[in-house]
Amino acid sequence: MVISMKGKVAIITGASRGIGEAVAYKFASLGADIAVIYAGNTAAAEKVCEKCKTEYGVTARPYQCNVAEFEPVKDTVEQIKQDFGTFHILVNNAGITRDKLIAMMKEDDFDAVLDTNLKGAFHMIRHCTGTFLRNREGCIINISSVSGLIGNPGQSNYAASKAGLVGLTKSVAKELASKGIRCNAIAPGFIKTDMTDDLADNPLLQMIPLGKMGEPEDVAEAAAYLAGAKYVTGEVLRIDGGIAM
Amino acid sequence: MYFDKIAKIIAERTGCDVSSVKPESKFVDLGIDSLDTVELLMSLEDEIGMEIELDQKVETVDDLDKFIQSKTA
Repeated sequence: MVISMKGKVAIITGASRGIGEAVAYKFASLGADIAVIYAGNTAAAEKVCEKCKTEYGVTARPYQCNVAEFEPVKDTVEQIKQDFGTFHILVNNAGITRDKLIAMMKEDDFDAVLDTNLKGAFHMIRHCTGTFLRNREGCIINISSVSGLIGNPGQSNYAASKAGLVGLTKSVAKELASKGIRCNAIAPGFIKTDMTDDLADNPLLQMIPLGKMGEPEDVAEAAAYLAGAKYVTGEVLRIDGGIAM
Repeated sequence: MYFDKIAKIIAERTGCDVSSVKPESKFVDLGIDSLDTVELLMSLEDEIGMEIELDQKVETVDDLDKFIQSKTA
């Protein structure tokens, strides 16, 4: 469906590894220039940018920024605008886990996860919307999770943040639709990344109807679809092998 | 005073006569919703010569005028 993203600039948070990295390569392969936002691993972020440039011939730059903080996000978005001229697509992928049973969860475990996963997306959308409005064009993709749709023991903080993203997605979609700005979410299930490394023998995996974990590329395909799906907004697309149906 | 500039853009956007836009005119009565006022301000940026973010609700044309004045002062 998406033939080309040439001339488009995509901002992807948490793009130094995992799903964000796969989305960066997918978008770059379609011709988009990439702004890689990462929290800490400079070497990994630079490597992603390098691959986007050498393998796909697009422009790519790394930006270190903690999306959990309002003002630094503002400065980073401003810098990206200066460097690339403008931007068209925002993928809110940055996310962390601090899995604990609710009975043992510290306040800080809850806050840290909400601040990055949910507020981080708000900060990004908040600071990108002006540009989207000026362009009368914009596409926001929030990476939620099936945890946010059906819950998961030990992940009350993570699930709350990911469910929050669904509400955020739908409200922003309704608010900005008339301005040519679409907002959708993807709810991945168990995807093979560092985040799910310790799940290898988890009995939950036996419950996936398609019988295996997903690849980051499966989620990247969905992101590319949503980036090109002009008549789709406010949608939550499960990429989960059927586990949350 | 940005009233003339605001009135001109409202007239262009809504197709109403520019003389029908008064300082006390409410945006809602002019068929302009609150997100439109954000955009309205954006289209004024060139003339104002700076980027201003509308981070509060403005009800009337005069409210917007005063808001811009407070930011450019």
